Amino acid sequence: MSGDVFVIAEHRDGAIIDTTYELLGRAKALAGASGGEAVAVLLGSAVAGLAGSLGAAARVIVVDGPGLASFSPSAYQAALVPLVRERQPALVLVANSGSGMDVAAGLSAALDLPLAAYAIDLTVDANGPLVTCQLYAGKILAKVRFTGGRGIVTVVAGSFPADAGAAGGSPPVETVVPAATDDRIRFVDLLRPEAGDVDITRETVLVSVGRGIGEQENLELVEALAAVLGGAVSSSRPIADAGWLPRTRQVGKSGLKVKPKVYLALGISGAPEHLEGMRNAELIIAINSDARAPIFSVAHFGAVADLLDVVPALTARLGG
Amino acid sequence: MDYVVLLKQVPDLAEELEIDAAGTGLDREWMSFVASEWDEYALEEALLLRDARGGTVTCLALGVAAGDVDELLATCLTRGADRVVKVGTFEHAPDSHTAAAAFAGALAHIHYDLVLTGVQAIDDLDGQVGPLVATNLGLPHVSVVTHIAVAGHGSIVTVHQEYAGGVVGEFEVQLPAVLGVQTSRETPRYAPVSRVRQLMKTATIEAMVGGEGGGSGLVVEAMTIPETGSTAEMINGSPQVIAERIAAILAERGIGSGVAR
Amino acid sequence: MLGRDVTREIFEGISFEGEILFYGLSALATIVFFVGIGVRLRKYVRGRRQDVIGSPLGFLRRAARSSVDTALNQTVAKRDPYAGVFHAAIMWGFIVLFIGTAILTIESDIVRPFLPQFSFYWGAFYVVYSLVLDVLGLAMIVGIVAMAIRRARRPRQLDYGRVDIGPATTDRGGFRTGDWILLGWLGLLGVSGFILEGARILANDFPWFEVFSPVGWVVAGLFRALGLTAASAEAIRYTLWWSHAIVALALVGYFPFSKAIHAIVDPVNLALRSPLAGRRLPVLAVAGAAPADGHIGIRDLSDLTWKQLVDVDACTKCGRCHVACPAVASGAPLSPRDLILDLRQEADAAWSILAPLGEHRSDRAYGGGTNGTGPADGSNGGSRLAGGLISADTLWSCTMCLACVEACPVGIEHVPTIVGMRRSLVDQGIVTPSLQTAFTSLAKQGNSFGQSGRARAKWTDDLPTPIVDARKQDVDWLWFVGDFASFDVRVQESTRLVARVFQAAGMDFGILYEGERNAGNDVRRAGEEGLFELLAEHNVGQLSKVRFRRIVTTDPHTLNTLKYEYPDFGGDYEVWHYSQVLASLLASGDLMKQRSIDRRVTYHDPCYLARYSKVTAAPREVLAAIGAELVEMPRNGANTFCCGAGGGRIWMDDSGLAERPSEQRIREAAELTGVTDFVTACPKDLTMYTAAVKATGHEDRLLVSDLIELVAMAVDLPLEVPAVNEPVPAGEIAAAEVLPG
Repeated sequence: MSGDVFVIAEHRDGAIIDTTYELLGRAKALAGASGGEAVAVLLGSAVAGLAGSLGAAARVIVVDGPGLASFSPSAYQAALVPLVRERQPALVLVANSGSGMDVAAGLSAALDLPLAAYAIDLTVDANGPLVTCQLYAGKILAKVRFTGGRGIVTVVAGSFPADAGAAGGSPPVETVVPAATDDRIRFVDLLRPEAGDVDITRETVLVSVGRGIGEQENLELVEALAAVLGGAVSSSRPIADAGWLPRTRQVGKSGLKVKPKVYLALGISGAPEHLEGMRNAELIIAINSDARAPIFSVAHFGAVADLLDVVPALTARLGG
Repeated sequence: MDYVVLLKQVPDLAEELEIDAAGTGLDREWMSFVASEWDEYALEEALLLRDARGGTVTCLALGVAAGDVDELLATCLTRGADRVVKVGTFEHAPDSHTAAAAFAGALAHIHYDLVLTGVQAIDDLDGQVGPLVATNLGLPHVSVVTHIAVAGHGSIVTVHQEYAGGVVGEFEVQLPAVLGVQTSRETPRYAPVSRVRQLMKTATIEAMVGGEGGGSGLVVEAMTIPETGSTAEMINGSPQVIAERIAAILAERGIGSGVAR
Repeated sequence: MLGRDVTREIFEGISFEGEILFYGLSALATIVFFVGIGVRLRKYVRGRRQDVIGSPLGFLRRAARSSVDTALNQTVAKRDPYAGVFHAAIMWGFIVLFIGTAILTIESDIVRPFLPQFSFYWGAFYVVYSLVLDVLGLAMIVGIVAMAIRRARRPRQLDYGRVDIGPATTDRGGFRTGDWILLGWLGLLGVSGFILEGARILANDFPWFEVFSPVGWVVAGLFRALGLTAASAEAIRYTLWWSHAIVALALVGYFPFSKAIHAIVDPVNLALRSPLAGRRLPVLAVAGAAPADGHIGIRDLSDLTWKQLVDVDACTKCGRCHVACPAVASGAPLSPRDLILDLRQEADAAWSILAPLGEHRSDRAYGGGTNGTGPADGSNGGSRLAGGLISADTLWSCTMCLACVEACPVGIEHVPTIVGMRRSLVDQGIVTPSLQTAFTSLAKQGNSFGQSGRARAKWTDDLPTPIVDARKQDVDWLWFVGDFASFDVRVQESTRLVARVFQAAGMDFGILYEGERNAGNDVRRAGEEGLFELLAEHNVGQLSKVRFRRIVTTDPHTLNTLKYEYPDFGGDYEVWHYSQVLASLLASGDLMKQRSIDRRVTYHDPCYLARYSKVTAAPREVLAAIGAELVEMPRNGANTFCCGAGGGRIWMDDSGLAERPSEQRIREAAELTGVTDFVTACPKDLTMYTAAVKATGHEDRLLVSDLIELVAMAVDLPLEVPAVNEPVPAGEIAAAEVLPG
């Protein structure tokens, strides 16, 4: 049993994913209080080179094996379970991503280690780790502790700053061979969405629409506003699901993360999955007809109004 | 192919959620319950897969007294499930680990090729049921599944797992396995009220004892409602007034003053 | 003077063998006629049971009333005097000629052979008979010519183009041909009769009394002017007689297989018409359960009732429902006429009934089985209607405004048939996602807004004086508020005004607060009967615990279901619309007009108020009482045009429409010179027209407001001060800018 804080690193296309840096930064800050070190755990095949990106960690454990060449829930679980059981860290931090959900819950059941999900904050005090979890579509926050003082935490993307963990360097690397394999889930291919006309992650102004837009034909109004502002139209998940805009315009947990100068959130309620994608924009202005919409908790300015009234007025006012 | 779907009800978010007197849980007095959205997608996928290739769909739900499990299971039957089973007895919805143990115990007595459940639920404080059940049973599991296709002989399924930015991972999974469904290819079919009511009266809902064990291992110290709207500066007035103000805010930052594509 | 010589010889110039042949052909024609009738009756017998009689006395009264209306052609003449006059001419012309022939048959085949002393076809009788028949015969021909002229001009209602399948086909399986054939045939019958009569008169050398057959007299004169002699007239008369006889007998035989059958079916259909058609929909056979054979609603041909089969036969393709329908007007794939005709063609094809001449069933495949989409189900004769022959898109397009039933001159009840098929769509799970969301919200929370049922009375929060909780206190009036009035932000303003005006008038009223749920009118019309039962049971339960005398509501949909349908669920109430209450309060002086409105307004009759509940006077009395100058909409009263929200359509996606009905209605209003206000008396109308006036760019031209807003101004109720952080609604600002003082 150690006071180490493990961070399960995620990587794709030869690069570490941002959320890993967020977790590393936090782990580094907490490791001292928990009486151990921040340890990055990197799984893959011939990935030792990536260890250099994990400089914020005190140590890196590289689990290297051909079966881990691509992410596979079964292979990762087979490799991690014996490792964590052997090393007994105080905390295991996993990003609440598509792959992270599999890994974390699988570990929890296999090791009989408690799991706190949807964490937006994590501290360690005299009584041990304290996790702040977000439940009920962001409407409730729960502060929880682990009964045994140790546990697994899945962390919502964007909860911690990535800069704190994005340090280069050469932490000591320990390479291990996976103690077990499980190839019942075989990676076949990575499918990327078709390249869209617009890369919303590079836009300075985004005019984003959600369900409040009502009907597809109303998108014209929004396009007009975006044009007059010199920006692009993006959306929340329901609009992309409906096919009104390509997936490449989707902002959020399963879409893209954006950090524009200006983010106009029109008719977007502000579910946590969406906020994950845009909460770090410099200026957020939200328009929603529901005064209780969670978007107003991250917006800098807000108006409770019908976007179909405001948008044409704003376009006209700006000379469009 | 035999499909099993695990479902539960969650608090209806149309109601305003309130914290109880102890400050560590939700006040249940005015709570009403609805089926967890992702579980409905899982059921719809199971029904579509069965309609295409044949087989059976069995729905399992925990026998929770709060809410209306019978209505949930009757709705499953109305939508076309072949068999519904109530697992265990609970006063309130238990945590995910306890639920997983209960389901795993019941699944030991049911033949299945594929277990489907919603990828998550809004009250999953201690993680998602899908991977927990799978690991209890020693089965492979994939979460955030947006596409399921059964390969020819029925011993492998091809699934898509969704990541950020619209990127999707394609996997081949050996059966039996557990999938956490993110969305179904069709909107979940409608269950007409008349049929649900009728089935609640006439249908057989089996009961099974669930597996023991579980426990989240978590202690809730405090539960709170985050303050909303506290950071935003609100603009009041007619749409014209709002538009004026927004234009002014943008102008301060050098946006929108005659910049056109 | 008018002795036995004042007569004509029946069968004059026809030999004995000729008479036998004639009687033989008559018998044949009559047999064919009755076979045709029998085939139709056999079709009706296949239909399911439906109780249209109700109480025998009530039925007899309705039937008697309907017979008088039919005789007077009242339904045909409604809003179409041209058709009224000329159809009456054709109808009475035909009837009188038919009776005339029957009288002749009695005289010639019964009286003369067996009771010769009672022979009556001579003298005064003969003269009157001849005059009447000639005049009516001429009237019939004039009517036919007038209708032919109208038909030739291709009026919109006779455009048979389909609205639901690809590009419109204008002749649509020969409907037009079939119509012209019958019209021509009748015309030929009349004309040939007069030509025959003229020839007879000329051949008999103008007997003096034949001047009382004026048309024949004139025709005979024409023949003589053309150079025909008595002898040559006699020579051709034989041919003319047989021609006329064959035309007539062939028509008799063709009658039941042609459009002419409407002459028999329609008076029956009108007599069977229910005054509550559409207003009170039938309950499920077994409440709260699916029937033994496993499905709910009208799914297949075999689910139609006998009355519905008579209904679809009654249609004469007049097209009045087609031009009155808001779905047709907005480009939706629904035409009530086509729906009825499709059902008829399907039934006839499935049960092997011949189509009228020229009307081959070619616009789509009829006859069961392979019709369009819908789950393949080989049971029940294979004629899948709901989701099959009649597509789901077509069925979901209906707004349940009742304009079709109102316009139909032959008593067809389209609405219950459409609801029956919607029930099947719901039963089959063919429900669009947005409608599903609405149903789920209604089932869970009792409202379609996705909000907690506990928030239903939040609109009362800002009222200066709280409203009495009827659950705790007896009241005179129980105000059933309704979904839109409670939850829609724009409508809430007028709901609050209603409360304050009622209070100012000293009314003793209360509301159910959170005990109220959606009354279910539109849920039922969207086909979710099970959900309607749930809502009705809940509301009846709540109301039974409350002591009140009468119910008042601002919502005409709620009005309809509470008044006409809740009795089937144990709730019998006296229900008023708030416009009726306001009219009464203004008349009695409980509400005093402090200032005259002095505005030129137009009033939009809500479908459910004007057509369903037949309340048109009260809102106009209110407008008059407060001094507003009313300019009527071109389509007003029972002829009002729907806003497009009814039948659950407000919960459905309308992006596929060419132009929303509400926007067309606003354009109609904008053409009224000098009118500044568009006044509504229904919450959904207020919502729809507020949006429509913006969408059409007429917001500076027309102010959309609720009746109560004008009344509040007239009685000097102070304008509300909006609460902090509440947006000041556009409507109110516009009012403040436009109103004097």
